[in-house]
Amino acid sequence: MASAMTHGLASCHTCGMLSRLDGAAAAHCPRCAARLHARKPDSLSRTWALVVLAYVLYIPANLLPILESRALLTAESNTIMSGILLFWEGGSWMIAALVFIASIVVPMTKLLALTWLLISVQMKSRAKPYQRTQLYRMVEFIGRWSMLDIYVVALTVTLVQVGTLASIEVGPGALAFGAVVVVTMIAARSFDPRLIWDAAGEAE
Amino acid sequence: MSQPSSSELQSSRPPAPEGAATRLIACRDCDLLQQEVPLERHADAHCIRCNSVLYRGTRTGMNLMLSLMLACAFLLIVSNVFPIAVLEAQGTRVEATLFSTVLTVYDQGRELVALLVLLTTIVLPALEIGCLLYLLVPLWLGRPASRTPLVFRLVMAIHPWSMMEIFLLGVLVTLVKLNDFATIIPGVSLWSFCALIVFFTAASSAFSTRDFWEWVVSSQAGQLEELPQ
Repeated sequence: MASAMTHGLASCHTCGMLSRLDGAAAAHCPRCAARLHARKPDSLSRTWALVVLAYVLYIPANLLPILESRALLTAESNTIMSGILLFWEGGSWMIAALVFIASIVVPMTKLLALTWLLISVQMKSRAKPYQRTQLYRMVEFIGRWSMLDIYVVALTVTLVQVGTLASIEVGPGALAFGAVVVVTMIAARSFDPRLIWDAAGEAE
Repeated sequence: MSQPSSSELQSSRPPAPEGAATRLIACRDCDLLQQEVPLERHADAHCIRCNSVLYRGTRTGMNLMLSLMLACAFLLIVSNVFPIAVLEAQGTRVEATLFSTVLTVYDQGRELVALLVLLTTIVLPALEIGCLLYLLVPLWLGRPASRTPLVFRLVMAIHPWSMMEIFLLGVLVTLVKLNDFATIIPGVSLWSFCALIVFFTAASSAFSTRDFWEWVVSSQAGQLEELPQ
């Protein structure tokens, strides 16, 4: 099958215009001046590095509390998971499910999916390129929705100002979790799905 | 489907009529070379191999795009001035605006988290709307904005990071969650924010990169064609 790269052409990742790549000179899109690459530069190594970083950050994101409440005689910390359980036990099943999906399922799915895509490309797998591309598109789409919990926490601490004897504060887990969301978004953007098809195309 | 020879390329539809300008395009997800074909309004061209969107057909004229963007700019200002929600409990009353949320998180020592919220809900959406107006207003007046490529690239870079609709969902979740403990009153901002997201999403999904560059090229040539409304 005719791919752009085999014909010395590159598609601009910003505006979609196809241009010819000459030699080793750094090429720019004639229409929008973005840098042109046949494939995203260092896609595999960058994506691996970011995925590993996200796995590492995922641990404090879930172990450190995301919300801390302090009253005169008691102090209570809530991690993402314990917060979800509180919702569940309090009867707010929909919210518990929503936060669970946004904060636990989505990031984990993204990381596992990206890991699998990376391994499949490194092993030059030719299996099911269409499904893998669909998986990639899903990963790209859902990533940002994990920011939900950060916004819920931020709004909660802003609205619930119960005075000097008690406080509700954003916990350290929020930073780690925010970092996981940002890092996985960047990781998804640095992965080049065309690599899936490069390996599949070699057979033809 | 047969293998193309090096001089044949596959089309996503039957070949365009003689004399029509045809351009090549490569799929952004699988790099397959295909020919651009004219599309009907509101239709999109999909890659024949992996079904990703290659390019979008015309959806809206420039007038509508510009109107939507101006509405978005206005709504964004309103959304930042008025409170999103008000909580009343035991005699106290707390109002939350977008910015006061950022400040509260900052005051609690979580500066980076505050920065993240500030960027994704206020700064980057405002910058995106501002840049789109910067690009569209001169085009509407008949000439491309100076530094169009730079500002266009900026818009494309920012777009994935402007998360207003997720923030809105966060507001709804918080309101439901806190409703059990106290009286929550949605603020003016909540409605203006909803409207902003509706208009902005309509504008984003109507935005066709191909159309945009055609507008730029036409205005550079000195004539702006009658655009379909």
